[in-house]
Amino acid sequence: MREVAVVGIGCTQFGEHWSASFRDLFVEAGALALNDAGISGEQIDALYVGNMSAGRFIEQEHIGALIADYAGLASNHTPSTRVEAACASGGLAFRQAAIAVASGMEDVVVAAGVEKMTDVGTGASVDTLAGAADREWEGFAGATFPGLYAMIATDYMHRHSLTREQLAQVAVKNHANGARNPIAQFRQEITIDTVLNSSLVADPLRLFDCSPITDGAAAVVVVPLERAREFTDAPVRMLASAQASDTIALHDRRDISTLDATIAAGRRALKLARLEHADIDLVEVHDCFTIAEICAIEDLGFCAKGEAGRLTEEGVTARDGGLPVNVSGGLKACGHPVGATGIKQICEVVQQIRGEAGRRQVDTEIGMTHNVGGTGATVVVHILGAC
Amino acid sequence: MVSRFWRKIPQRYNLVGTRCETCGRHFYPPRTFCPDCRRGGKIVDHWFTGEGKVTTYTVIRTASNQFEHATPYVLAIVELDEGPRLTAQIVCRPEEARIGMRVRRVFRRIAADGESGVIHYGTKFVPA
Repeated sequence: MREVAVVGIGCTQFGEHWSASFRDLFVEAGALALNDAGISGEQIDALYVGNMSAGRFIEQEHIGALIADYAGLASNHTPSTRVEAACASGGLAFRQAAIAVASGMEDVVVAAGVEKMTDVGTGASVDTLAGAADREWEGFAGATFPGLYAMIATDYMHRHSLTREQLAQVAVKNHANGARNPIAQFRQEITIDTVLNSSLVADPLRLFDCSPITDGAAAVVVVPLERAREFTDAPVRMLASAQASDTIALHDRRDISTLDATIAAGRRALKLARLEHADIDLVEVHDCFTIAEICAIEDLGFCAKGEAGRLTEEGVTARDGGLPVNVSGGLKACGHPVGATGIKQICEVVQQIRGEAGRRQVDTEIGMTHNVGGTGATVVVHILGAC
Repeated sequence: MVSRFWRKIPQRYNLVGTRCETCGRHFYPPRTFCPDCRRGGKIVDHWFTGEGKVTTYTVIRTASNQFEHATPYVLAIVELDEGPRLTAQIVCRPEEARIGMRVRRVFRRIAADGESGVIHYGTKFVPA
């Protein structure tokens, strides 16, 4: 198996792009990534595209070919594959690209993620996202996606130590980070009162506990490590790729407020990279809701169950803390175009390792990404490091 | 649209799940393949008593279009006395809901496919 490196990254602005279509978004991200890697389209051997639900958001399927076509690669007949694992589609697309390169089957592969969510109304969007959980036995009963994470929060707060203010601090911290990220959907700092005074979505979660509905795309160029310096002076090496599954429905989990798939993927990634938690300089976790970041920090093993709220309150997970979490602003403030999020996480860690993260720069040699599909039915963890 | 709902009527109206005769584990929502015994399992239908308790809950304030008219409503994970857990609404005031509360199943209207489409009936729970 060959070692794999990232040699190009590109990300659109995240937000409500009323004037940009699905096609406009991925073409922009792809062009940025190719330009960053200094390559042209005909050099691409294959494309893997993470997308959750173009079928319901823009009534378009067959995304792989569409993207290859509008990226100008139809006449090259470049193979292009859509990858879907709900909100983990992007992370999984990166993993598929890495597997293709590692295997020796392909050399220059683009992993992309794209989601265009604002062409439908909020009700339709909520209903589409609920498809990340069990449609027959959760959605049928009236479960929404925030509602499922709210039930995780209720269970967590009943059994572990976590105050409503500590939960709000996750959003406050991520907005402070987003304020320093030029691509973030929300670049305003907020206070704990902003969260506590926002409207209830699903008790105990309020509007500012939830990641927004976002349009956006991101792309990265993956090559064999041995060829990386042909493309860049600052390649970033993939140290580990791990993926895990769990029950599709939250009610079938061993423990409602523990994501066992996060535990499994996190452990496997560290083992593959031969690293300890202390070696990780920063981590981008899947904070689709504030409670999700609390669970992620614990289930990845950075602290014991019940401690992440206190660590967040004490500033350990802040940009200048001992374990910076979601320096990009996370899903909460940077935005969450579901299929693009996993690739955006890779882009953020690559930028941090290269020292190109501007006002949110953290001294980083090794970074981790954690991308979750549904309420934890798919988890993808990657570890990236400087060469 | 109709057949998708109709084929699950016994399970939804009467809380009929399944049981593995090999290991004795109960399944609701029903499974036709035992995750423990796999091909060694023997799955048969099982009528649940419909008694259980609330494992966790929330109050849904923002719902999808189909459930918008019903907000706010209490949604919970209920653990049946036979072991399995399922997601269902609790028919009670939001402030009444609490973890550990005993509940029993009732037959209720859940949602409808628009103004003239099929009406979905199924299981909700009430405080026991």
